[in-house]
This record gives sequence, structure tokens and C-alpha cells, in this order.
Amino acid sequence: MADFFHQNLSYFLSGISVGGQYALIAIGYTMVYGILRLINFAHGDVFMCAGLMMVYLSSSLPFAISIPLVLILTVILGFAIERVAYKPLRSAPRMSVMISAIGVSYLLQNAALYFTGGLARVYPEIPVLSASVVIWDAPTRVVTLVTPFLTLVLVILLSLLIKHTKIGMAMRAVSVDFETSQIMGIKINKVISMTFMLGSLLAAVASFLYFTNYASVTPTSGSMPGLKAFVAAVFGGIGSIPGAVIGAFIIGICENIIKGGASIFGIPGSGWTTFSDAFTFAFLIIILIVKPTGLFGEKSVDKV
Amino acid sequence: MKTLLSLEHVTMQFGGVVAVNDLSMHVDEGEIIALIGPNGAGKTTAFNCITGVYEPTNGRISFDGSPIIVNHPAGKMKRLYGGLEHDMFANEKVLSPTPDEITKLGIARTFQNIRLFKSMNVFDNVLTAMHLRLKSNVFSSVLRIGYKEERAMRAETEKLLKEQGLWNHRDDKATSLPYGYQRRLEIARALATRPRLLLLDEPAAGMNPQETLELAAFIREIKEKYNLTVLMIEHHMDLVMGISDRVYVLDFGSLIAEGTPEEIQSNQRVIDAYLGVAEDV
Amino acid sequence: MDREKRNHLIRVFVAIALVYGLVAVLEFTLRPTSIIFTVLRKGAIYSLVAVSMNLLNGFTGLFSLGQAGFMLLGAYTYAILTMPTAVKESERVYRYYDALIHFDTGVLAGLIAAGLIAAVFAFFIGLPVLRLKSDYLAIATLGFAEIIRAVCQWDVLGPLTNGANLLREFKDLSRITLPFSDIPFPPTLFVFIVVGICILLIVLLINSSYGRAFKAIRDDETAAEAMGINLFRHKELSFVISSFFAGISGALLAMFQYTVQAQQFRTVLTYEILLIVVIGGIGSISGSCIASFLYIALSEWWLRGLDMGTFLGINAPDLFRSGFRRLVFSVIIMIIVLFFSRGIMGDKELSYERVRSFFKGRIHRKENAR
Repeated sequence: MADFFHQNLSYFLSGISVGGQYALIAIGYTMVYGILRLINFAHGDVFMCAGLMMVYLSSSLPFAISIPLVLILTVILGFAIERVAYKPLRSAPRMSVMISAIGVSYLLQNAALYFTGGLARVYPEIPVLSASVVIWDAPTRVVTLVTPFLTLVLVILLSLLIKHTKIGMAMRAVSVDFETSQIMGIKINKVISMTFMLGSLLAAVASFLYFTNYASVTPTSGSMPGLKAFVAAVFGGIGSIPGAVIGAFIIGICENIIKGGASIFGIPGSGWTTFSDAFTFAFLIIILIVKPTGLFGEKSVDKV
Repeated sequence: MKTLLSLEHVTMQFGGVVAVNDLSMHVDEGEIIALIGPNGAGKTTAFNCITGVYEPTNGRISFDGSPIIVNHPAGKMKRLYGGLEHDMFANEKVLSPTPDEITKLGIARTFQNIRLFKSMNVFDNVLTAMHLRLKSNVFSSVLRIGYKEERAMRAETEKLLKEQGLWNHRDDKATSLPYGYQRRLEIARALATRPRLLLLDEPAAGMNPQETLELAAFIREIKEKYNLTVLMIEHHMDLVMGISDRVYVLDFGSLIAEGTPEEIQSNQRVIDAYLGVAEDV
Repeated sequence: MDREKRNHLIRVFVAIALVYGLVAVLEFTLRPTSIIFTVLRKGAIYSLVAVSMNLLNGFTGLFSLGQAGFMLLGAYTYAILTMPTAVKESERVYRYYDALIHFDTGVLAGLIAAGLIAAVFAFFIGLPVLRLKSDYLAIATLGFAEIIRAVCQWDVLGPLTNGANLLREFKDLSRITLPFSDIPFPPTLFVFIVVGICILLIVLLINSSYGRAFKAIRDDETAAEAMGINLFRHKELSFVISSFFAGISGALLAMFQYTVQAQQFRTVLTYEILLIVVIGGIGSISGSCIASFLYIALSEWWLRGLDMGTFLGINAPDLFRSGFRRLVFSVIIMIIVLFFSRGIMGDKELSYERVRSFFKGRIHRKENAR
């Protein structure tokens, strides 16, 4: 057992690290879904945009300025998307809002395509994070080690915010009952904007960690992590933040083990790598069929 | 007289809440039965159990002499169950058909908050309800090989709409009809499934006394014309007392009285349930 | 049948005949490399996918995002089946694998098989997935499409799918002949005929008793069920039929492109088709067709200048560079989604009366302005 761990340590390490990055993205999905019952298809692209902003800003500014600037700009982007694309459709059928989300995703990807000229952009090396270290014979980067801790710290901060502040209380109220909380005088629009801004902030943090590992950004590099983070959110029971975090770690680890499958299961060739993406979806479908409400979700009864 | 529908010890529990508790009742062929009770007494829940929308937690429902729905508490519910007779049906085969199967047996219903097909006109609303008897498969239906069947369905719809006085509105959108007509259309649509038992969920809701009187005559008329048995939930006492043969009264999920309208009107428990009991101070 | 209805049918028939006549005339007069043919062929193929998606999303109310996956199945089935045996056994296509299949079929058999394979997969995918509600259904179908794409590129299936490599030299649009002869058949007309038959079948379905049941499910599931309509069976039916036609359109797309690769059937393709359906109007067949041709004409032809440096006589190579067209395009789409959410046709169909009243309205407005 110890041998097995030792041999595949690099896969486990990157699994935990990717899991943490997915967790940060997944929180954005799960919070928005909890409040608006909307799959924010554009969230993965917001994450990609944060990556691109970093590429462009860091080329002319020092990290001390560009990192906070990316955080602020991503938050503004998340806020703007909600105001422009979702707010006008608040009373429209759910399908229209989802279509609008898909439209925003399409728009962001095409905008990125235009600005990058379709080329993969090299992600800057953030000092400390991209330094290499060797742990128990497995070479890796500092970011791999930092990610799980940073994720946990952020999740704890977020939980405190939701539990103990006024806006957090309002968020919980809105997610339980949208209409009633409106009647109770909660400023719905403020709460929703706040949710989007928090989600985008975490996505921006995730982008620093993720792209430092992957080293380049393309217009579509947001869609896969986005979808996987969403699957994580569904797995944990959509609307539940701890659920999303646990789901994200499980998916991150499983995916990387499959990537390393050739060495683990002794099956030759690149056979399994193709499936690391497919696995996530197979996983999703199994969850949806077996327990559609996820690990921590609540069951709802339709009224007739 | 032959019993058409019977409920035996039907209990419906959501989590820890018992919405219908040990309800036993029967409806004989050709009767008009009313199910009354204060708001939240579990009347619509009982309807939803009969029509297969909910799966009752315990109990047996039979139609035309044979059981159609049977269930007993199992799994987690075994521990949670708060109703009576928890092991009475434990050895029977669980039957839980979907609503469409119930409808195919000959039980049709209307809804408390009218549920018409809102994108369709009046004619198509009724025509769609005949789909359950369609014999052609998709291919012959698409290629119009079964056009005779379609033509027969259209003719029957025409007949039904004329009988219900809706023919002049046939091309109107269902949701653009005046309220009273929407109710009538919902009944016509239910009739199109050719039921033997018709369940009406508050048919007089939102009607004025004049309209309610008309409705009473209407219900009696369709009952005779289509050989129906009627079970209805109603709040308008004039309607209930005017046309029903027997009345069942529910309160907090349990049956508190049963009898002819006259008996019910003088039943102290019913009066208490509706008006509340004055507590001794 | 009453007279009004008969007149309507005659008008529709004449209009369709005119369109086909026009296509035939163009095919015999213009250069075959003309951009018009690209627009017409691709527009027709997209019309079929859009209509098939509309059957599901617009008429049955099932928000499914699996269209790209079923197109991929159709495209691969067609390409593998119709590739001549000699090509399969040579090194030209299957360079790294030994081809598994040692026979080839004709174009029509290939097309039908493409639809059937997609339909069979849809049947099995539908069994678990169609029990899910709205957005969960969307994400699950999207997931299946991705799985199909991943499996298609799997090394082990290489002898069948050629792994992640291109498939080509199958019976594409340049190799269509009249049956039992070597006389070439006009390709654009061929696409139009196949698409026309498929859309006709979908229209007949929508106007049949089954189509009404689909609409009932879309309008109100609870009421539909209470009227004796089996939800699951009808959803499954709609899903399978929609996928059948998506499979055929995938095969047509393969014919149009001359090559197939799993890589191009990404989620973005589904999004594109969904947006076409929205632009045309959810629940309108003619809307989907009009929107498809508009979409293709704009992206392949009219807005081309936006990518090439010069648009409407304005020369600004710095602004109008590669990718600008799609950016402008997505902005237009967002504007439609946000401000004209009913699309071009809403849930109505194109008819003589509507066209007439549209132009009348314009003339009136002009007169009033004077």
C-alpha cells in the first residue's frame, strides 16, 4: 500500500491540487444555483477570462499590482454579466435564462478568441507559486501544495461570511425562498450581485492556481474545468458549499488517478487518458440517476 | 349497488407529516359523492393518491372490484410511520401505477388551479385527451396511414364540444376563455378520456352563486349523459348539499363524519371542525 | 377539408416547389465553387439539426444539449459505412489500425444507418436521463455527448473509428450519382431533397396525435399525465426521433465537409444550434429554417469582411482581423436573446398571410410617415 502511494504520489498530489481548484470554481456554481436555480454556463469562461487578464496585465505590470487588479476586474466582470444578461430575465422562464447563460459563454469565448488570435497564451510564472519542489521523490510545484490549504482557508472564510454577516444571512434566506424573502424586504438584486461577485472572486483565485500548473490559456480552457466544477457541485448536492468542495476533491483525485491509469492498472498505451474527461460525466450521470439531489442536497416535492 | 371505488386505510405521510390518516371510504356506481373539510384537511392529497400523483404510504385503493394501488411502509418510512394499521398490507404486492395508467383505467380528474394546455386552442385541448386511446403507432400516425382514426377522434371532439357548449370557442386559445368556460373545458377534456369515475377538485372555486347553481345542474346533466360516477372536493355548501348523495368530511387528514347531506349539516363534530370549538376557560 | 386550409396547403406546396426549382436552376448556371452553394448546403444541414432540436426543446419541452453527440454518431456511421472497401484496406485512411469493417454501402443506406445508430444510442441514453428535470437533463445530455466524443477517439476503437484521426474518402457530396448509374447528381439539390424529406416527416409528426401529446407534455406535465399520456414513453419517443434526424444531419455534414473528426463535434456546436433555434423562435419549424440560413449566410458570407480587414468599404485591418466576425456575431445573438427572446417567428409558422400583413404593415407605416 505504501509502495503504491509512493509510486503514484505525483498523481495524488496533482489530484488534490486540481480538486482544490475545481472546488473554488464549484462554489460559484453552487451559490448561484442555490439562489437563482440557474446553471451559470458562463462561469467557466469567467475563470478563463481571469487567466487571460493575468497574461495581459502581468506583461506590463508587476505582480503586486496585476494580481489584485485581476481579482477586481474579474469581480466586475461577474457583476456585469449578472446585470446585463440575467437580471432582465428575472421573470422569464428558466429556459430563457439558461439560454442567455449559454449566449454569454459563447460571447466570452469568442471575445477571447478575437483578442488572443486563437493562440494559446503563455501564463506568467508567479514567483513562489511556480517554484519546483520535490516531495518524497515526486517532483512538483509549490502551487500543488498551496492549493488545498488556500482552498480550505477560503472556504472557511466564506462559511463565516455566510453564517455571521447580514448579507450572508440574506443569501441563505433567498436560497430557501426567493419570493418570501423579497416580501420580507431583502434587497434581492443586491444579494444576487453579491453572490456573483463572490463566485467570480473565487474563480479568479482558482485561475491563478490552475494556470500556474497548466502554463497556458486558450479561449476554451475555461469550459472543461467549468463543467467539471459543475459536476462537483451536483455531486455534493447543488446549493451546498461543503458538498461542492468535497465533490471537487473527489473528482480531481479520481481524474488524475485515471490519467495515471496506465501505470496503476498496468494497461498499456494512452488508452485511459482519453477518458479522464469522459469519466467526470459518467460520474455525473451515475449520481443523477442514483441520487439526483447529491450528497448533501434536499429533496423537494412538486405541488399539484 | 356496486362499489366502484374504495379506499381502505389510506395514509399519506410526507416526512413526519401525516397529510391523510387512515382514510377509508367507498363510492358506489352512479353516485355523486362530496369530500369536504377545512383548508389543509388533506382532500387534494387524497385525490392525488387516487390518481397516482402521490404514492400513498399505506393502504389499498380498489377500482371496479380489483385493487389498483397498494402500498405499505417500507425502508426508512417503517421507522418514521405515524399512521395506523402499519402491517395490514405488509404481505400484499405493492402496486403503484403512474397517473396515466390510472386514467386509462377510467378515472379522470380536474385540477383545483385549472391546468389546461396553454399553448393549444380549445379544440386541441380536448383532442389531445383522446390520445390515450390511439391505436396507430408513430409510423402510421406520421405517414397518415391511420387517418381514419384521427378523423374519428376529430368527430368525437366536435360532438363533445357541441354538447358542452364550447363549439363556438373551438379556435380560441384555451387560456383566453372566461374563467367559467375554462372550468367547463377542463371537465370536457376529462370526459374525452371516457372515464367511468370523474374526480372534480373544487369545480365551483371562484364562481358566484348563480354560476354555482348552473354548475350543479351541469354536473347532474353530464352524470346522466355519460353514465358517470362523481367524486368531488368542494367548499360551496350549496353545491355540496344540493347535488351530493353522500358526504365525507375530512379534518386534519382524518375522516370525522360520513352521511347524507342532512346528517352532515347537523353533525356536531363537523360544525366544530368548521367553526372551531370554544374552549372552556 | 375546408377551402382555407386547402388554399394554404397549395400555397405552401407552390412555395416549396419554387425553392427547389431555384436551387436546381442555380446548380446548373452558377460556378460550382460559388459561395452561395456553401451557404445553401450548410444552411440546409443546419436547418435539419435545428428543427430536430426544436422538436425536443420547443415542442416537447425537454431541454437537451446532446445534439452534437448524435451528429457525431451519424457522421462517423456514415463515413465508416460508405468508405469504399479498397480505401479501408489501404493505408490511406486507417494508417495506424487495421480497418474492422470490410464492406461498404451506398449513400442512402449510409444515411439511414446514420440515423438509426444515433436513434439506438438515444434510446439507451434516454432510459436513465429522461427521468431528470430541466437543467439536470441539460447537463446530463451534454455529458453524454462529451462521453461519446471521448469514446470515439479511444485508441482501442481505432480499427473502427480511426482513433483521433480524420476519416475521409467516403462518399461525400462530390461523389453522389443517380441511382444505378454514374451520372453525377447535383449535390446541393441532393442535400435539399434529403433535408426536405426529413423536415416534412418532423412536421407530419408534430401535427399528428403524438405531436399533440408532446405539446401537452411541454405545456403541463401533470395535466398531460392526468390525461393518460405516458410521460416517459413520449419523452423517449421524442428524444429518439430527434436524435435520428440529428444523426442524419451529422451524416450530411460529413458529406459536406469531405472529412470527419470527432474533435469538431464539441459542445460549442450544440450551443450554436441552440442559439439558431432561439433566433428562429422556440417552437417554430419555419423559424428554425430561416434562422439557419441567416446564421450560415451571415457567418460564412456577409460578415466575412469582418475577418478580412475590409467591411462595408471600411478598411481597418487592425480592428477587422480574424475572429472579429464571431465576436460581432455573439453580440448580435446576445441582443436577440435579451431583447427579442421570441426570435424571428415566435412559436408561429411562416404563412402567406403573415408575409402579406408584414409588408402591408410596412407600407402603412411608410404612408403614415409621409
